[in-house]
Amino acid sequence: MNDITTYSLTEIRDLLAQGKVSAEAVTQACLTRIEATEPKLHAMLHTAAPQALEQARAMDRLGPNPKQTLWGVPLTLKDVLATADMPTTCASRILQGFRPPYDATLVARLRQAGAIFLGKTNMDEFAMGSSTENSAFGPTRNPWDLGRVPGGSSGGSAASVAARQCFGSIGTDTGGSIRQPAAFCGIVGLKPTYGRVSRFGLIAYGSSLDQAGPMTRTVADAALLLAVIAGHDPKDSTSAATPIQDWEAAATPGSLAGLRIGLPEEYWGEGLSAEVRATSERAFAMLRETGAELVPVTVPHTPYAIATYYIIAMAEASSNLARYDGVRYGYRSPHAKNLHEVFTFSRSEGFGEEVIRRILLGTYVLSAGYYDAYYKKAAQVRRRIREDFLAALDSCHLLCAPACPTVAFRLDENTADPLQMYLTDIFTVSLNLTGLPGISLPVGLGADSGMPVGIQFFGRSMDEATLLRVAATVEAARGPMPEPPL
Amino acid sequence: MRLCAADAQTIATLARLRIDEATAAHLAQQMASILDYMATLNQVDTTDVEPLYSPVEHVSVLRPDTPQVDFSREAILANAPQTDGEYFLVPRVIA
Repeated sequence: MNDITTYSLTEIRDLLAQGKVSAEAVTQACLTRIEATEPKLHAMLHTAAPQALEQARAMDRLGPNPKQTLWGVPLTLKDVLATADMPTTCASRILQGFRPPYDATLVARLRQAGAIFLGKTNMDEFAMGSSTENSAFGPTRNPWDLGRVPGGSSGGSAASVAARQCFGSIGTDTGGSIRQPAAFCGIVGLKPTYGRVSRFGLIAYGSSLDQAGPMTRTVADAALLLAVIAGHDPKDSTSAATPIQDWEAAATPGSLAGLRIGLPEEYWGEGLSAEVRATSERAFAMLRETGAELVPVTVPHTPYAIATYYIIAMAEASSNLARYDGVRYGYRSPHAKNLHEVFTFSRSEGFGEEVIRRILLGTYVLSAGYYDAYYKKAAQVRRRIREDFLAALDSCHLLCAPACPTVAFRLDENTADPLQMYLTDIFTVSLNLTGLPGISLPVGLGADSGMPVGIQFFGRSMDEATLLRVAATVEAARGPMPEPPL
Repeated sequence: MRLCAADAQTIATLARLRIDEATAAHLAQQMASILDYMATLNQVDTTDVEPLYSPVEHVSVLRPDTPQVDFSREAILANAPQTDGEYFLVPRVIA
């Protein structure tokens, strides 16, 4: 038998269901891999080894349960998702040691489906960042090159999947935080339509932008996880009642004849590194060979996407993070002598620099006298951006875009100037402003750096099925990705 | 735009944050350059454009108004920095 961890999630699910491998053996294989790779990667903030093994043994005693679609499959979870049996810190000192009294809805659904949680993954503090360097507990490194970042904010999840520490992970995407790290680490990342997956228990950053989704090594694996976590939840008033679909069947390669795929000119123009362009454009040939028609489209408000996104995200963040006050949970400053100091000292000592910067900017753009000029203006431009996308998707079934202007950058390359870091999000933030679904998948390795290059597809509202079908077709045409040289 | 250390301090006060002088000056500079960048939105004509605050618009969600117990008092107090077993404790507010 191969090293168990080299199987895909779908393959291991089948082997487990057929009783060909025990849940304990699979869990142990992942834990061994975690132990071997963590000193280099730091993908995990918390590993639940004894708990996971105990659960696996208990499941083995009862035997595979055909009603549980993830019976015995080990997964990791981004540490922004509430888990009743593991700490949940958002990679922030202000939540160090916090144990939620409940599971996020998507966590409960995965549990019910028989998944085994290996632990919680590292991230940028409160999901604010594009490199996982903003974690209060130290950065995660890219399994392809330990001198480079894994992307962010779901960098720990991406690294843990790419390094075969687990068979899949759940990340969250507020401005690209699933798709960009997936591209940087050479894996698949799916951001579902806003409302597709319940946000109950997803600790809020930008509530009108946040969406959880699968990060996996194959497109079929992403489909399988989506089918478990999607669906209406009365505990999230923005969750959609749209029925879930047979996404596993959708994630099958096939002819794309009759499919029109738009190439937004604003995404394929200036600003792409040569190796990202050359590698991405291989996907065009793959799409044409399978019958898809590629057409130029335009989404003219793209130059305003970063400004729009950051105003809205920071405004929502400043409001959402007001809850950390040192009273009911989380860190309380030992230096506070009165109630006002409990608030201000606890927050100032508990939050990291980027979180403080975003709260300040968010407070500013929401303050009297500036609200209309910044926040309302951004919300108006947001509608313009959404209209651009809806018009482009009226004439096309999907749009195809690069995931990031460059391959994974080096640690500290973009940390001196925060605006510089924000600008790297140019190809991912618009999708969250629109609420539409998107997927990123690797198309190959860049010729200069040897690092993975990812492309994205953007779909119509609630049409994850077409995204998965096209992504699976590109994946098949591409052939297997090499292993990270870890 | 111009944003000085004192402006950053005022905003910090609104956000219940405390920043020292050196940090305030540094942050003010960064914030000014970020806000300058955000001012590019003024190039977009948004006359008569309704703001889009959420991708989910015009939905009112109601549920039956039935009381239920979600968590025990112990579970809720378990994460608090200071309690007396029944309530959250904070420094005395009224002298």
